[in-house]
Amino acid sequence: MQQRQRIIELNVNGETHTLAVEPQRTLLEVLRDNLGLTGAKRGCDQGYCNACTVLVDGKAVNSCLILAVRAQGKRITTIEGLSHNGRMHPLQEAFVNRGAIQCGFCTPGMVLTAKALLDANPDPSEMQIRRAISGNLCRCTGYVKVVEAIKEAARVLKTGGAA
Amino acid sequence: MQYPRRLPRFEYLEPKSLTEACKLLLQNDGKARVVAGGTDLIPKMKRRDVNPRALISLHGIPGLETISHSQVDGLRLGPLTTLGAVESSTIVTERFNVLYQAVQSMASSQVRGLGTVAGNLCNAAPSADTAPALMVLGTRLKLISPQRERTVAAESFFAGPSATVLEPGEILAEIQIPEVPRRSAGVYIKHTLRRAMDLAIVGVAVAITLQDDTCHNVRIALGAVAPTPIRVPGAEAILKGKGRSGDLFRRAAKEAATACQPIDDVRGSADYRREMVEVLTRRALEQAWDRCPGSTEGKR
Repeated sequence: MQQRQRIIELNVNGETHTLAVEPQRTLLEVLRDNLGLTGAKRGCDQGYCNACTVLVDGKAVNSCLILAVRAQGKRITTIEGLSHNGRMHPLQEAFVNRGAIQCGFCTPGMVLTAKALLDANPDPSEMQIRRAISGNLCRCTGYVKVVEAIKEAARVLKTGGAA
Repeated sequence: MQYPRRLPRFEYLEPKSLTEACKLLLQNDGKARVVAGGTDLIPKMKRRDVNPRALISLHGIPGLETISHSQVDGLRLGPLTTLGAVESSTIVTERFNVLYQAVQSMASSQVRGLGTVAGNLCNAAPSADTAPALMVLGTRLKLISPQRERTVAAESFFAGPSATVLEPGEILAEIQIPEVPRRSAGVYIKHTLRRAMDLAIVGVAVAITLQDDTCHNVRIALGAVAPTPIRVPGAEAILKGKGRSGDLFRRAAKEAATACQPIDDVRGSADYRREMVEVLTRRALEQAWDRCPGSTEGKR
């Protein structure tokens, strides 16, 4: 049993955690079950819904498809790591202001996917926004308000709106 | 449909070289699987469609994520080169655009950031989008094993649904795409119900090279309409050496529809697929021809 476990270091939201995990555990399971970070959601658990999206080295990826052992040494950002000193990230504020949230299940994945997009392309077209979030399933609001929120956040971030 | 459960236990092996990976694959005698991006394999394991005793991860081996290009060697992709890396590569967009068209149509941005081109090939789904695109680019695949090294043409790589010609202990080590002749263009048309996160009902790839006003070379490949992605040489032969002609495009398209062997499934019926092969092959031929630099249409 003990030889099955591997010791890995995960840098999550700027904090380094040393964990003993078995190789079959996904990053999503370790984030939720070991670290108590339940922002990343387990939806379909097979890469279709993207509710489990986290940033790994700045890239939006499905945490349900990555083995935790593979995330060893990588820089991981979850939705819990987005606010600073109790202040929401402009993307989070825009989602609230624009009413881009209903049940909230898809929201962490949407926000992090949008963050990866805006980090790579601070001034995306509507088409680029729609393409970026095309894998993030939302079953309540529809996507119009989400797209509006991402546009608003892009404007705020460009004019130096903190964070 | 089997719902996903937590992954079963397996041994996780991290070789430090491809040779070592091949040896581990051989030692585990068909009970181990190589994992690159994991975007196909992990869900299959969660659904218990496959139950490997060991996973051989290639991620501990340096230098496998390459996209390199030269006039002599053309484009070379490593076994860990992701779909996302190919999608955002300028050289791919500019010179191997048909591959870009295929890759950008796949899954989601998140999955493309993890999944690899090599994995899409080795997974050997009949609908694999990169396969028709790579076939019409004249791609060769380097396969290595502890005993030998060989290269096979992309169209000779597939043996059936989820089956390839890879032998025990053999690994796809490099994707070799020759330089594209100057007056060439390629088109991939993926027929889907949804614009993202969908598999092809039919996939059609065409690459044409012009000389003067005639077709110097043409390759046509189809996805999701046979047990494997296929080339249709009969349709290609109709066009070679000929000028631009709607009638020839129609005949070639009809030949492609005759040559494919589609099945009925949840995404479409065999009859519908055959119809769409004809429509889309003609469309792809027209578009590819007119995108060739110096074509009559291109000049207009």
